[in-house]
Amino acid sequence: MTVLEFDGVTKAYSVRGAGQIKALDDVSFTLESGQIIGLVGQSGSGKSTIAKILTQLETPTSGEVRLDGVPIPRRGKELRAYRQKLRMVFQDPFASLNPYHTIRYHLERPLRLDDIVPRDQVDDEVHRLLERVRLDAKAVIDRRPHELSGGQRQRVAIARALASRPSLLVADEPVSMLDVSIRMSVLGLLSDLQHEHGLGVLYITHDLATARHFSDEIMVLNQGRVVESGTADDVILRPQNPYTQELRAASPDPDKFFASSGILGGAQ
Amino acid sequence: MTAVNDRTAQNDGAALDADGAHRQAGVPATATVRTSQRPASTPPRKPTFWSKLGSAFAMFRNPKSIAGLSILGFFVLVAIFADVLAPYPPTRIDNTARFQPPSAAHWLGTTHIGEDVLSQVIHGTRGVIVVGFLAAIIATLIAIVIGVISGYLTGWRSESLSALTNVFLVIPGLPLIIIVASMFDDPPLILIALVLGLIGWAWGARVLRAQTMSLRTRDFIQAARANGEPMRRIITVEMLPNLMALIAASFVGTVTAAILGLTTLSYIGVIPVTTYNWGTILNWASAQGAFRQNQWWWYLPPGLCIAAIGVALSLINFGIDEYVNPRLRSAGERARAMKKKGMNVNDTVTVVRTNTKTQENA
Amino acid sequence: MTAIDSSLQTQEPDAISAGTTATTAVKGRGRVPWRFLGNRALFYLFTLWAAITINFFVPRLMKGDAVDQYLARNRNVSPEAADALRALLGLDTDKSLLQQYFDYWNLLLHGDLGVSLLHGLRPVTEVISQALPWTVGLVGFATLVAFTIGTVGGAIVGWRRGSRLDALIPITTFLSTIPYFWLGLLAIALFSVNLGWFPIGKAYGVGVTPEWSFEFIGEVIHHGFLPATTIIIASLGGWMLGMRNMMLTVLDEDYVMVAQAKGMPNDRVLWRYAARNAVLPQIQSFALSLGFIVGGTIVMEMVFSYPGVGKLLLDATNAKDYALMQGVFLVITLSVLLANLLADVAYAFLDPRTRQTEA
Repeated sequence: MTVLEFDGVTKAYSVRGAGQIKALDDVSFTLESGQIIGLVGQSGSGKSTIAKILTQLETPTSGEVRLDGVPIPRRGKELRAYRQKLRMVFQDPFASLNPYHTIRYHLERPLRLDDIVPRDQVDDEVHRLLERVRLDAKAVIDRRPHELSGGQRQRVAIARALASRPSLLVADEPVSMLDVSIRMSVLGLLSDLQHEHGLGVLYITHDLATARHFSDEIMVLNQGRVVESGTADDVILRPQNPYTQELRAASPDPDKFFASSGILGGAQ
Repeated sequence: MTAVNDRTAQNDGAALDADGAHRQAGVPATATVRTSQRPASTPPRKPTFWSKLGSAFAMFRNPKSIAGLSILGFFVLVAIFADVLAPYPPTRIDNTARFQPPSAAHWLGTTHIGEDVLSQVIHGTRGVIVVGFLAAIIATLIAIVIGVISGYLTGWRSESLSALTNVFLVIPGLPLIIIVASMFDDPPLILIALVLGLIGWAWGARVLRAQTMSLRTRDFIQAARANGEPMRRIITVEMLPNLMALIAASFVGTVTAAILGLTTLSYIGVIPVTTYNWGTILNWASAQGAFRQNQWWWYLPPGLCIAAIGVALSLINFGIDEYVNPRLRSAGERARAMKKKGMNVNDTVTVVRTNTKTQENA
Repeated sequence: MTAIDSSLQTQEPDAISAGTTATTAVKGRGRVPWRFLGNRALFYLFTLWAAITINFFVPRLMKGDAVDQYLARNRNVSPEAADALRALLGLDTDKSLLQQYFDYWNLLLHGDLGVSLLHGLRPVTEVISQALPWTVGLVGFATLVAFTIGTVGGAIVGWRRGSRLDALIPITTFLSTIPYFWLGLLAIALFSVNLGWFPIGKAYGVGVTPEWSFEFIGEVIHHGFLPATTIIIASLGGWMLGMRNMMLTVLDEDYVMVAQAKGMPNDRVLWRYAARNAVLPQIQSFALSLGFIVGGTIVMEMVFSYPGVGKLLLDATNAKDYALMQGVFLVITLSVLLANLLADVAYAFLDPRTRQTEA
C-alpha cells in the first residue's frame, strides 16, 4: 500500500506591487492506495497547484510532501521511481497528446522509458492497456490524436498514465472538457480501474455532483485553504462551512428539480 | 452510496467510432445510440512510408506552394544542368558580335565583348542557388539550435541567448557584410554563404523561441516531462515536429534574403566579379552603361530571374502560412461564398432567408 | 463529521457572495512604462557596446599588408590624426590589446573618429555629418510613407477580403521581391534616360549650392523623387502583407463580432477596433526591419549617386579608407538603435498591456 502525505504545504508567489499571493496555504491531507479523494474548489482555489506540485512542476514554499514516508526526490533514480508510482491525467484531451505521434507511440514511450515489460512484450502490453480502457485497439492504435473523439483521447490519456503501473493517479479535471453525456462513463472507467488495481486517485474537480458520486472523501478548497473535509456524503449533504454551502447551493440538483415538478413520482 | 456503473449504453464514442468514422465537430457523441456491439471493422491501413512523407509535407500541398515549388524546381534544374543547357561558354568573347540585341544565334543578345547573355544567365543560376540554399541551411540550423533551446530553458540561460539573438537582429547586416567582405580579395562561395548565414539566423531564432515557449506549457510536453523523458528527446522528438511549419517558412524566407543579399553585394562589387551570379552580370551591365544605352536584353533578364525566384519563394511561404493559419486560407473563400449568396461578410446583421427550398440536414 | 476551518468564518466579502472573483479594481497607475523602456534602453546600450567592440576587432582581423599599405599612404597626416588612426585601426602593435581597447573607447568618447583619406583628410565626423541628413531625410520619409500606405492598404484589403482587392497582395509582394537596386536602375532607365522626366542621380544639380531657398528645395524634391518612389514601391509589399494577415486574424476574433452585432458602423469597427489591434505587431516588425531598411538604402544611394552615408560607405570600401568605413558603420548602427528605441516608445504607449504590467 502506498501513502501520499501532504504536510502543511504552502505555495506562495511574489507579485510585483502586490506582495505575496498564496496559491496554497497550509494544506494537509493523506491519500492512500485504494482510496479516492475528491478535491473540490472553484477556479483559482489552488487545485491545479496541488497537481503541479505532485508532478514536480512546482515546489512548495514550505511544508513537505511525502510518498511512503519519504520526501519527494528531486533527481536521480529516486525521482524516477517516484514518477513511476504517481501519474497524472490532464484536463484537456486535445492538448495532452502530441498531435504528431500515433497512439501506439504515446503508450510505448512510458513502457520503454521505465522498462515495464521486456522489449518483445511491449506491443502486447500496448494492446492490453487499450483493452483495459475499453478501446478497440486495432481501430485506434495507429491513429493520431486528432482522428479520435474527446472521450477516446481521454481514455488514451488514462491508458498512458496506467502504463507505468502506478499506485496513485492524479486526475486534474479529467472530464471537464468532455461532453456531459460521456463524463459518467469515463469516470466509471476510472472507478473500475481503481477497484481492479487498488489505485489511489486524487480527483480534482469543480463539479460537486461527480465528486460526490465518485469519491470516498472530499476536500473543499477555497483560496488555497482546505475549508472542509470528510466523507463524500457528509460534505455534500450536510455541509458545515458557509463556502461549501454556497457551492452546493449553486449546483443544480436534479432530485430537487424532478421532485418539485412532479415528473417522477416523488423523492428517490 | 451508488457507484457509477452505468454501462448499459456505451455511448461515449468508444464503441461508436470503432469503425474509425470521422465524427463531425459539434455532433454530440450520443447522436446515434447503438445498443448492440458493432463488429470490429477493418482497421486503418498501417501508414506506409509514402503516406507518412506525404503527410509530413502537407503544408506544401496547396496550389500556391506547388506553383512556387515548380518555379523553384525549374531554376534548380537549370543550375544543375547549366553546362548542358547553355549554348555557349559564358566567357566566350566574340568581338564580331558586340552589343547585339536578341537574335536567333543569341536568344538574349550579347554583352559589350560579345559574350552570350543567355549562357551567362544560365551559368549564373548555379551561384545563386548554391549560395542561397547553403546560407539558408546554415542560418536555419543556428536558428533552430539557439531558438528552440532558449525557448525551452528558463532563467538566465534563456534570457542571455535571447539577448544574443536580439543583438544580431538589430545590428545592420549589410554594412557589416560590406566591411567584412572588403577585407578579402577573392572570397570563395562557401565563405560568402557562411557570412550571409551568420547575419541571417537571428530572425528565425526569435520566431522559434517564441513558439517553443508557448509549446513548453502545452500539456503533452508536461506529460512527457512527467513521464521522465530526457530533455534532448523532448526537444527533438516531441517539439520539433510541431515546429516544422515554422522552420520551413523561416528557411524559405532566409533563402530569399540570402539570394537578394548575394545579388546585391555582387552588384555593388563588394563580392569580386570572378564569381558568377546574376548580380555580377548586372554589375557589368551597369558598368558598361547598358542602362543608359537601352540594352534591355542585358539588364532585364538577370533582374527578372531574381524576381522570379523571389516570387516562387514567396508563393511557397504563402502556402505554408495558410497551412499554419487556417484563417488566412478560408477567409477569402468564405467572403466570396457569402457574396454569392448575396451577403456581405462585414454586414452587421445576418440576413435571414425566408424561403428554404431544401432542408439542410439537422 | 466534517472538519471545518473556523478561522475562516469571518472574512471580507468573499467571491461568491460578491458575485465575482475580482473584488477590487486596480486603477492604471501612471502613463509611462518606465520599467519596460528601461529594459529596452539597457538592451540597446548592450548592443551598442557589442557593435563598437565588433568595430574594434574588424580592422585587426585584416591581413597585415593591407595595413602597411594604409600606413604608407597617409604620410601627410598630422601627428594627432596619425595617433588617432593608429588607435582606431590597431596599428599600435606594441600596445596590449586591452590597452588598445581603452584607447579606442577614449577616442570615441571624444567624438574623434579619425580622418578620411578619401575626403582630403577631413575629420570623419565632419564627413559623416554632412552625409547623414540626406540619408535620414530620404529613407525616413520613404519608409514612413511606405509603412503608412502599406498598413492602411493592408487593413483595407483585409477588411474587404474575397474582393478583387485581394489581387493587390501578390502584386505588391512581387514588387518587393525585386531587388531594390534593379528597380532603381529600371526607373532610371525608363524615367531618366528615356523619358527625361527626372535627373539621373545625385541629390541636387551640379554646381548648385545648398541653401534654404525654395529653388533648392525644389531641386531636392525633383532629384529625390525617383529614389524615394523606388524605396516606397519596393517595401510596400511587406507592410501590406503583414497588416492584411494580422487583420484577417483579428477580424476572426469574438470582440469584432460583438462590435458588429452591436450595430457599430463598419468604418468604426474597421479602424477603431480591428486595425488598431492589428497594427501593434506591425510596429514591432517595423522596428525590427530598420536594420534591413538600412541595407536597402545603401544600395539605393549607390544606384542614384545620392550623397548619403550609404554611398559614403561604398566609396570608402572601394578606396580602402578604413577609418571612414569604421565611422560610417558606427553611425549607422547608432541610428538604427535610436530608431528602434523610438519605435519601442511608440509601441509602449500604444499597447495598453505594457502599461498595465507596470502596475
